Amino acid sequence: MKKRAFNLTPGSQVIGKWNGHKYMIIKELGFGACGTVFLCRTLQGDTYALKMGEDSSRMMLEVNMLKKFGKVQGVKLGPSFVDVDDWVDQKGGAHPFYVMEYIDGISLSSFIKGKTNEWIGICAIQLLTDLEKLHECGYVFGDLKTDNLLVSSSRIRWIDVGGVTASGRAIKEYTEFYDRGYWGMGMRRSEPTYDLFAVTMIMMEMAYPAKFEKGSSPLKTLESKLASSSQLKPYRQFIQSCWKGRYKSAQAMKAGLTDILLKRQEGSSRLQKRRDGRRGEEMELAALSIFAAAVFGSAVVSFWL
Amino acid sequence: MKPGRLKQILLLTDGCSNHGEDPIAVAALARNQGVTVNVIGVLDDRQNGRPQGLEEVESIAEAGGGVSQIVYQKSLSQTVQMVTRQAMNQTIQGFVNKELTEILGKDQTIEELPPEQRGEVVEVVEELGESCDLDVLVLVDTSASMHHKLPTVKEALFDLSLSLNARSGSNQFSVYAFPDPKKTIKKMVDWTPELGEIHGIFSKLNSGGYTPTGPALKEALYTFAGKPLFERLRDGEDPYEETGF
Ligand SMILES: Nc1ncnc2c1ncn2[C@@H]1O[C@H](COP(=O)(O)OP(=O)(O)OP(=O)(O)O)[C@@H](O)[C@H]1O
Repeated sequence: MKKRAFNLTPGSQVIGKWNGHKYMIIKELGFGACGTVFLCRTLQGDTYALKMGEDSSRMMLEVNMLKKFGKVQGVKLGPSFVDVDDWVDQKGGAHPFYVMEYIDGISLSSFIKGKTNEWIGICAIQLLTDLEKLHECGYVFGDLKTDNLLVSSSRIRWIDVGGVTASGRAIKEYTEFYDRGYWGMGMRRSEPTYDLFAVTMIMMEMAYPAKFEKGSSPLKTLESKLASSSQLKPYRQFIQSCWKGRYKSAQAMKAGLTDILLKRQEGSSRLQKRRDGRRGEEMELAALSIFAAAVFGSAVVSFWL
Repeated sequence: MKPGRLKQILLLTDGCSNHGEDPIAVAALARNQGVTVNVIGVLDDRQNGRPQGLEEVESIAEAGGGVSQIVYQKSLSQTVQMVTRQAMNQTIQGFVNKELTEILGKDQTIEELPPEQRGEVVEVVEELGESCDLDVLVLVDTSASMHHKLPTVKEALFDLSLSLNARSGSNQFSVYAFPDPKKTIKKMVDWTPELGEIHGIFSKLNSGGYTPTGPALKEALYTFAGKPLFERLRDGEDPYEETGF
């Protein structure tokens, strides 16, 4: 990895060259292949996440995506966009940066730790709900992986929208474990089913946090890993259906998963209603928690054993 | 702007050249002829630390206007496609920068535009990256120390065509191995849009104890020039003309 070309420590001030906005660095949140993300504060006292990088084209593409998907039909898909600018350091070097909503969350792996296995399904449903919206807009997430997700107030949020690609194009970024091409399960073209496969791999990862490699026969590896996990038992058929290409859309896949989670809960139409009417995140969260509580406390428990 | 045909040589090697002309000079020459040179240094999975001589990997790619990466075998597939993609974008960006200079005056590059316009320009670059045609000549070092890595190389090449063929632009790949006692490089796969059916391509190989990277690159460059014989007739194109749009 390249050495970072800028030096920002807590207390440093970043001033935009074009817009003149000022941000005070509070701390580093993390870094990736193409930049470092900091927690920062404005003069008004608002906290945001600020990403600084070197590859200005790539940064701009991310900004374009954030602008597009900060809010779609009233639903936040990625972090909302705040500002984009260049920062000129003491030596006169310009560094592109952008500012976005700070998502105060924890990683999916720490969230899932110690939780019962219906949370695997609930997390997948949340992902599929957002994917459905994204796909409706004609885009595919692409590089869908746990590293690009945070859980904030029991809700999964996307943080890195750099891999979002218009439908029909080539996937521009992927990570092998989540990539259906790697597993010999299809093209690396951006279509909704590409993301759906990644959702099943995120479910697999919840059962196998250390992940695994494909070995000499990828499909067999997947099948045997799926078969030997007790956590994934309730989802076995569902995941296989996805691998066999039975689900063509996030909506169909969500319906399949909902059926599993609601099995034997006759007359419960809560999730059904939610799907039809758009009531925002709170409603969804409420529905999911009520539903989770129901699963927990009722006779349905036997189903999970 | 109409997307043109990008030309790349992808060199896969694990060591330093030790025979014939300077590969860095040849890479610079290639770049001049509109052919980008990318280099991937392939390490053994068991290898600890960086072996000697791999600095050359970076220098060759730099001179060739391309991208370089040093990786362990197991990340080869992902790296091959990433390097190819990055180099495409780099070439297209270079071209767009040239256009910008012509329109907006001296030294006006994408980086120096205000964010708003920059945002629009990168979309254009993306678009071109999706739709332009691409020729990749893969040049594989098959000297003794590379032998056991060749199955991984084969897999990575298949994977490369999987990635690139999802684009709307068309692709052509060819694979050459070196050293070859007779012709310096040996054709393994002729120009083809798919690298799926390349079983046993590296089965019959001679390997001496020498690595003539420079001469091999030069030979690859000639091959490139000779390649579009029929295409040249068709488009009336000068094979050495710089990649244009
Ligand atoms: N909006 C945000 N709110 C809170 N934390 C964030 C936010 N964006 C990024 N982070 C943190 O910063 C880390 C690095 O961010 P990000 O993944 O965007 O970097 P990157 O350079 O794009 O990495 P890569 O492309 O390699 O995945 C993340 O893992 C996350 O912990």
